[in-house]
Amino acid sequence: MRPFGPTELFFIIAALRWTAALSLGALLLGGIGGVLVAVARVQPARWLRWIAIGFIELFQDTPLLLQLFVAFFGLGIIGINVDAWTAAMIALSLHTAAFLGEIWRGSLEAIPATQWEASRALSLTWVQTLRLVIMPQAARISVAPTVGFLVQLIKGTSVTALIGFLEITRAGQLVSNVTLQPFTVYSVVAGLYVLLCWPLSFASQRLESRLSISTRRTEPRAA
Amino acid sequence: MISYTFQFGAVFAAFDTLLLGAWLTIRLTALSVLLGLAIAVLCAYARMNGPRWAGLLVRVYVELIRNTPLLVQLFFVFFALPMAGVRFTPDEAALLTMATNLGAYASEILRAGVEAVPRAQIEAGEALGLRPVQVFRFIIFRPALRTVFPALASQFVLLLLGSAVVSAVSAEELTSAANVLQSRTFRAFEVYAVVLGIYLVMATLFRLAFRVAYHALFERGRA
Repeated sequence: MRPFGPTELFFIIAALRWTAALSLGALLLGGIGGVLVAVARVQPARWLRWIAIGFIELFQDTPLLLQLFVAFFGLGIIGINVDAWTAAMIALSLHTAAFLGEIWRGSLEAIPATQWEASRALSLTWVQTLRLVIMPQAARISVAPTVGFLVQLIKGTSVTALIGFLEITRAGQLVSNVTLQPFTVYSVVAGLYVLLCWPLSFASQRLESRLSISTRRTEPRAA
Repeated sequence: MISYTFQFGAVFAAFDTLLLGAWLTIRLTALSVLLGLAIAVLCAYARMNGPRWAGLLVRVYVELIRNTPLLVQLFFVFFALPMAGVRFTPDEAALLTMATNLGAYASEILRAGVEAVPRAQIEAGEALGLRPVQVFRFIIFRPALRTVFPALASQFVLLLLGSAVVSAVSAEELTSAANVLQSRTFRAFEVYAVVLGIYLVMATLFRLAFRVAYHALFERGRA
């Protein structure tokens, strides 16, 4: 048995970079996927819309942990040797793509149809309309929920501990096992998550209330 | 190259253990929702009408829960609390963690719903001579519940899916059943893929049930 000292504390803090790397990596890859999913949801071809809906449903209606298990054990089968890092990145990126895709679809659809019609009247193409007219306006609406999802993503990276990936939750488990001081250890781990997530939660709420005030002023809606 | 033969036979031979696990997941989630809603009502009330210190306490509780992962909360309850002399079985720890978790999210949802009721409507009710109980029932409770029903329903589904992580302390539910079956058959991919499908079916059915309930409760007899 070891006491819980600076070495142990530093071990957990050092694992923060893996939590951060997973979150940022999944945000980047999932963000690209999310744009594709959102655009697939609003474009005119029906079959492509259905594929996007299926993708979103599959990832929003199943547990992240099971998605992780299937990636971890499934890819090994088709001959790709996956370590915990790769499996975690794949599962989290797809998970993120589905959630961000749904958030961004909502933002795209929140833009009034008159904007589409006006663009058509100005003889912009569909792609030009989406890129130059719709997306810039939708981006503003989507900031708050996107930041809110980021909190969910950071918390979500904790489940990768269950396939043995060494991020802060797993580091906490290991340290707790050798020091037998779970109370201290898990308080530290929880504290680190709060440190990461709380500023984002706060920012998300702030952005949301600011946006709802500004949109209320410009276009009053009967709720 | 693919040189793997899928063998779902072993999984379907033990399908009844998975169904039992799914039933336990539903029971665990339902119990957590009941307990969690009780916590949420108390917290929302304390935050809106209680003394300052109670409101502050609720805020700390809500922020702590919303900014840390469910898995870390579970480890805290299962491994850390025994150090303070409170010991739980895996099932009890799972129930306690999930109820506490839902309580925090649901209290915020309820508060938002009650605050969305316009002050003028309450005054109008009083002016029409409704008794306080009637004002609460017809002007605050029903419209508020109607406002927050979709958010509560999706929180319920999130908890159902999140409950997969309680398998980490071997609470008896679907993912634990999957882990046991996996270690017995060595058919990891097949087991987890089937279990992923079971969660998908459960989540979809619950979403459907909530939609039907919403219509029956709030939209019957309206144009």
